[in-house]
Amino acid sequence: MIQPIQPAEIQRRLDSLKDQDVYIHLEMTTGAYAAHMDASKHPAATFITNAVIQYSHGSISGNGPFRVGLKMNHGWVYSEGLTHYVESEPERLILAGHDQQGKLVVSLQLSREPF
Amino acid sequence: MEQRILVVLPHPDDEAFGLSGTLAQLIDQGAYVTYACLTLGEMARNMGTPPFASRVTLPQIRRKELEESCAAIGIQDLRMLGFHDKTIEFEDKVLLDEHINALIEEVRPTLVVTFYPGYSVHPDHDATGEAVVRTVGRLPKAERPPVYCMAFSRNHEQAIGKPDISFDVRNYLKNKMDSIKAHRSQFQAGEILGDKDHTDTELLERFGTERFWTYKFD
Ligand SMILES: [Zn+2]
Repeated sequence: MIQPIQPAEIQRRLDSLKDQDVYIHLEMTTGAYAAHMDASKHPAATFITNAVIQYSHGSISGNGPFRVGLKMNHGWVYSEGLTHYVESEPERLILAGHDQQGKLVVSLQLSREPF
Repeated sequence: MEQRILVVLPHPDDEAFGLSGTLAQLIDQGAYVTYACLTLGEMARNMGTPPFASRVTLPQIRRKELEESCAAIGIQDLRMLGFHDKTIEFEDKVLLDEHINALIEEVRPTLVVTFYPGYSVHPDHDATGEAVVRTVGRLPKAERPPVYCMAFSRNHEQAIGKPDISFDVRNYLKNKMDSIKAHRSQFQAGEILGDKDHTDTELLERFGTERFWTYKFD
């Protein structure tokens, strides 16, 4: 079930996944057709999937759309624009940001098993 | 008594528009300023026009720009604390407060300047102001220096009222313009200031006053 983000629940899941190896999927896209629809738009997309990270502090902030930051040994994971999460998967954290048409713009996922 | 001012802001260039004239004036009157800049603004999207910075070179470029801006203002003591841009709100609060508290103990400021928590638009600004207010708030009441806050979020005056502190910095517009110009990767000074100089009446009108809110504890 895709639900609007409940920050307290996301914080609980972030805490339960910290200080251990987790697989991350992090993605951002403006859509392959962005420039086709509007020539002033610069199409861009990027993702990294199933990289392994470990973080010591993870938190969610904002009033929606939300931001998440994960502090790692040598750097940070940062994601902004998150609106929804998958409620029915308590073992994993599946976050996404959808625009007004419902299209995915950004996603951040964490899991103990590969995606 | 000589004023000792501690400025705590997250990004190089945060000092330029809202504070540089005031600092230049207070320094001219004998103040000693320590400016703790938490990050190097390394996640900024402005990379110069046309771009001359990369994600790899930007932090060092912005460090130089910040040093140049501080020299233009006359700031005697610049500290770059090495936190990462965009992460202040996620930082370990104990670590953040320890850094700020160590600066307060060392500098023993008679005045602290930061962003107004909750009314400063960028999450790093709000989180920096929060950390400063939290740390100063822990000091015994009699030892707390006044905290001047900058605020600029939409409708902020409805929530926090009018600024109670105002500086006429028209005599220090040259310093302020040089501070703005120093941040050349971030601002196109030509577009903001035109080819006018510090005696121009329109610039004096636009940039000649800097306003602050004294933070009210409890
Ligand atoms: Zn800033």
